Amino acid sequence: MFRNVAELVELAISQNKKISEIMIEQEVTVTGRTREEVLAFMDRNLAVMEQAVEKGIKGVTSHSGLTGGDAVLMQKYIEKGNFLSGETILDAVSKAVATNEVNAAMGTICATPTAGSAGVVPGTLFAVQKKLNPTREQMISFLFTAGAFGFVVANNASISGAAGGCQAEVGSAAGMAAAAIVELAGGTPVQCAEAMAITLKNMLGLVCDPVAGLVEVPCVKRNAMGAANAMVAADMALAGITSRIPCDEVIDAMYKIGQTMPTALKETAQGGLAATPTGRELEAKIFGIPLKEK
Amino acid sequence: MKYRSVFDIIGPVMIGPSSSHTAGAARIGRVARSLFGREPKWANISLYGSFAKTYKGHGTDVALVGGLLDFDTDDVRIINAIDIAKDKGMKLRFIEEDAVTDHPNTARVIIGDHNGELELVGISIGGGKIEIIELNGFELKLSGNHPAILVVHNDRFGAIASVANTLAKYELNIGHMEVARKEIGKMALMTIEVDQNIDDKILIELEQLPNILKVTKIVD
Repeated sequence: MFRNVAELVELAISQNKKISEIMIEQEVTVTGRTREEVLAFMDRNLAVMEQAVEKGIKGVTSHSGLTGGDAVLMQKYIEKGNFLSGETILDAVSKAVATNEVNAAMGTICATPTAGSAGVVPGTLFAVQKKLNPTREQMISFLFTAGAFGFVVANNASISGAAGGCQAEVGSAAGMAAAAIVELAGGTPVQCAEAMAITLKNMLGLVCDPVAGLVEVPCVKRNAMGAANAMVAADMALAGITSRIPCDEVIDAMYKIGQTMPTALKETAQGGLAATPTGRELEAKIFGIPLKEK
Repeated sequence: MKYRSVFDIIGPVMIGPSSSHTAGAARIGRVARSLFGREPKWANISLYGSFAKTYKGHGTDVALVGGLLDFDTDDVRIINAIDIAKDKGMKLRFIEEDAVTDHPNTARVIIGDHNGELELVGISIGGGKIEIIELNGFELKLSGNHPAILVVHNDRFGAIASVANTLAKYELNIGHMEVARKEIGKMALMTIEVDQNIDDKILIELEQLPNILKVTKIVD
């Protein structure tokens, strides 16, 4: 069983396999399920992700009314064609937002690695799908590659906003997505790890400060930027750019930052954007309670 | 390692909005229900840390009750779980605790009916994964990911061996096992995680062994 990114990459290189294949084989060994069962289970999760994006692209609104409809706005903007950045990246943003808007509306999603960060991995996958035309099997592999890196983060640091802040959720999700994009685009296992490191470095310190304690503001837009970050980092890694700090050390830094982060900024709705005048006003309005000291 | 499967990371499929505060909460409730063995008539649920601060926004209360009603994380009935429970006559009480716990997402669930009570403490560690850290006053560590047998027994020689022998007779493989007790020589709890679901007749056989007081199971 691989314990860190260095071991994961070493396994892939020494056995001349992809990261996704190492993850699939480990899953078979650990769970005692057959390879077919493991692949079928991931195929089901992929189907849930597809349905969530489809639903979100058509437009949903959360019960609080705080989020919804932004995925639609972005798709319309892309259709007009006069965007500034790039179609793939904006498509990823739109589909990440779509997933999280569905999540906020208490729809069905697949946590990747969490529900609050569930948009990044599918958002990037369905955006690069248009460009790279992967087979269904390759799309399933994408999720195993993402899962392999998330597995390392979950066991060596945290994927919980309450324990490590948003860097542990959207940060981890973005790193996982970047690594998976690199593999799907034909990059090496080393480049996957570089993409993960570059992404996570740019998410370090990100706090979890949901307005009214709802997984909506700023979570939905953090997924948008997580997806954008992952796309750019994947391109950087594929261009041959490397991280001066090794991936495992970046993960460790994220963990330590999370430990020292104040509780007010770890999913308690006591600090950050949740504690802004507008954040407090929205909270009072949603729950129908008077503003009080928290 | 806390996380063993890739599906702890890419998964679970669930009703939003939070894997820790919604899906994890549902799983804590469902383990309590499974151990209680029937639908409780009432529930007193204490929430700590981030759970206490944000449970309304995340639907943590709704999800915990959904779990008590035996709903899985992807069951859309979770959304209306509190109404469904109330229609069934279940009395619910939520308590926001100020005490600081080791883990920020902690819930103490006390459920019961006229035949008995059960008290359990669960933590939601991220991505929908949970651990049960206390059951009826016993400290333990239970992931709820595998079928498990919980055996309340007298702290006497041979009690553990007799249970292990019975499991061996039925060719049940033990994946993880823990023993906890409150005081030497008094009541103790064996927590045994196994690879496959356990037949009820084995539980009855275990219960008849000397010094074994109560046997319950968690199904996969």
